Amino acid sequence: MKYVDEFRDGAKARILVREIESLVATMGVPDDRPLHIMEVCGGHTHSIFRYGIEGMLPKEIELVHGPGCPVCVLPIGRVDDCVSIAERPEVIFTTFGDAMRVPGSKKSLLQAKADGADVRMVYSPMDALTVARNNPERDVVFFGLGFETTMPSTALTILQAEGDGIRNFSVFCNHITIVPTIKAILDSPDLKLDGFLGPGHVSMVIGAAPYEFVANFYRKPMVIAGFEPLDILQSIWMVLQQIKEGRADIENQYARIVPDDGNAPALRAISRVYELREFFEWRGLGSIDHSGVKLRDNYASFDAERKFAVPNVKIADPEACQCGEVLKGVIKPWQCKVFGSACTPEMPLGALMVSSEGACAAHYQYGGVKQHVAAE
Amino acid sequence: MTIAPFIRTRLLGRVNVRTVTLAHGGGGKAMKDLIDDVFVGAFDNAALAPLEDQARFDLAELAAHGDRLAFTTDSFVVDPLFFPGGDIGKLAVCGTVNDLAVGGAKPLYLSCAAIIEEGVTIDLLRQVAGSMAKTAKEAGVKIVTGDTKVVGKGACDKLFLTTTGIGVIREGVVLGAHLARPGDVVMVNGLLGDHGAAILIARGDMALETPIESDCAPLQRLIDSLLTAAPGIRFLRDATRGGLATVLNEVADASQVAIEIEEAAIPIREEVKAFCEILGLDPLYLANEGKIVIIAPSEEAEAALTAMRAHPLGARAGVIGRVSAGEPGWVTMRTVFGGRRIVDMLVGEQLPRIC
Repeated sequence: MKYVDEFRDGAKARILVREIESLVATMGVPDDRPLHIMEVCGGHTHSIFRYGIEGMLPKEIELVHGPGCPVCVLPIGRVDDCVSIAERPEVIFTTFGDAMRVPGSKKSLLQAKADGADVRMVYSPMDALTVARNNPERDVVFFGLGFETTMPSTALTILQAEGDGIRNFSVFCNHITIVPTIKAILDSPDLKLDGFLGPGHVSMVIGAAPYEFVANFYRKPMVIAGFEPLDILQSIWMVLQQIKEGRADIENQYARIVPDDGNAPALRAISRVYELREFFEWRGLGSIDHSGVKLRDNYASFDAERKFAVPNVKIADPEACQCGEVLKGVIKPWQCKVFGSACTPEMPLGALMVSSEGACAAHYQYGGVKQHVAAE
Repeated sequence: MTIAPFIRTRLLGRVNVRTVTLAHGGGGKAMKDLIDDVFVGAFDNAALAPLEDQARFDLAELAAHGDRLAFTTDSFVVDPLFFPGGDIGKLAVCGTVNDLAVGGAKPLYLSCAAIIEEGVTIDLLRQVAGSMAKTAKEAGVKIVTGDTKVVGKGACDKLFLTTTGIGVIREGVVLGAHLARPGDVVMVNGLLGDHGAAILIARGDMALETPIESDCAPLQRLIDSLLTAAPGIRFLRDATRGGLATVLNEVADASQVAIEIEEAAIPIREEVKAFCEILGLDPLYLANEGKIVIIAPSEEAEAALTAMRAHPLGARAGVIGRVSAGEPGWVTMRTVFGGRRIVDMLVGEQLPRIC
């Protein structure tokens, strides 16, 4: 595939790995305290496992897989709300595929579908709007999910529905925002991170400026990274270079996609349709102030939360779950008490085992449980 | 079309309505007409012709092909019924023929049971039966017995088929998932993932237009020449649901060996790669309907490859990896990028990723 294969070139990868090795060799990294670099975004986690990048890096570097998988961090209570909307007889509930498996307290959307709810997988919110157009007698709900990456497409769909006068369409809004979440991680007292790979697709929308506080206030280097394996290796090299030089800057490795100022029309759509919530609940991380958005009052008629009076119950994460510690890099996935035993991709207990972008599921599927069991 | 002599002596029933109704499942004249018109006419052979409750075989005739019977069954519920490169009828014949052939059997006879939703058109059934007949002819098998049931609207999705097959395994051929040994070579007979991608695209949910066609094909001839050229082959399996990754995991587990594959050596069409890229799917898990995984001792690999490449269904055959004495049960892949990762069994269905 042109424009993709170039970024997966094994020969170039070997050169970059050698560069990383020789850079690290000059840094005097102690054996018992490797450098912890967090990739914030689940897309990065997926690439890292898919291409076996961790195994190519010198032992002085440990990657910490961050909270950037929107499917994983969805709390149990919100899934229950989804199920309660989906089970209403008048509703067609539309969702991205990988959200269907997220466990609620009683069932996932996949189980609700098996029990008779009309749950349909779509590939974009515009597809959901088409379902609404084609089924005027039903109430079509789209499960709005994701960071700033998917926020604009949901917003534009709502604007389109408004323009076309479609009344039987609404959004169950669970969009979340990345900046307060990075801040919450940085404020954590048990923080062990030395640098960040910044999210690529989110930054394509919001640009590089919103991360300035990471460098200025917390003095941590961040490199906004692309998703191909060469992007990731180069970004790791750039983070290391900053650490070596004692710098903390926001650098943009993914400049071919990410403009420094973001995408103005997308940002306009976001601010027109959404406003910040006081707080939003995250699986594994708890409640984080201003980390979620809801629809503004002008768009109340498209807000499934208001249309269907969802129960909005809060349900605590299972106690055995150590997702929060994994997310913050305090422990590795396989060090969690329930990893691979009570918590598996078939029966996920914690958020990170849910989607293939979750750190635990990725470890389990791609590199995971067998290796660590064998190593013990 | 040559109708067997026995049939000529009785008059085949004709269906004169456009769609199937519950009457066609009632056991009376309507049902007989449907079976005659749609199935008996298309399948056209002496064993089916008498319409007894069972097909009857001469044991000595079977024994001439080998020393063991192979017996298998499979159900087909594909949606949509017609897709680029095939349809449910072709699939139902190929699936069972291939399940026999990968055991080293010469496929001989099939049964066909059809569960039909009322409202399906007779034309659609004729098309499917015609496709089954054509594929059976290609595969050198006869459809010798069958059954039809009609169910009410919503009780099934248009048409479900079940085919059961009998074949005879040639003397001396012993194949099994438990027979892989360190040093053996892992091969496939061509491009992977076409069927899975073609079906997903044919459902039309994604509004993607691609030239990808299902690879659905009967493989008994390819397998026959393969086993002649490389009689020491340890294992064959068609990589259907769950794809290549699932088959390799089954072998690694059953043989208690490790399998190491090379991502760069796995033949996958550019369009399928791009399709997977867009949806966040892994082509190693996509279904195939005309692809087999072959494990052979290394000294027979060349002969096996030559035999496959001489056949149109094996033109893109290649070695994709090796069996090793590594951690038993593990399948690992050297990625195009130079890293190494585990290729595990899929947990559930592959679902497209959100972003």
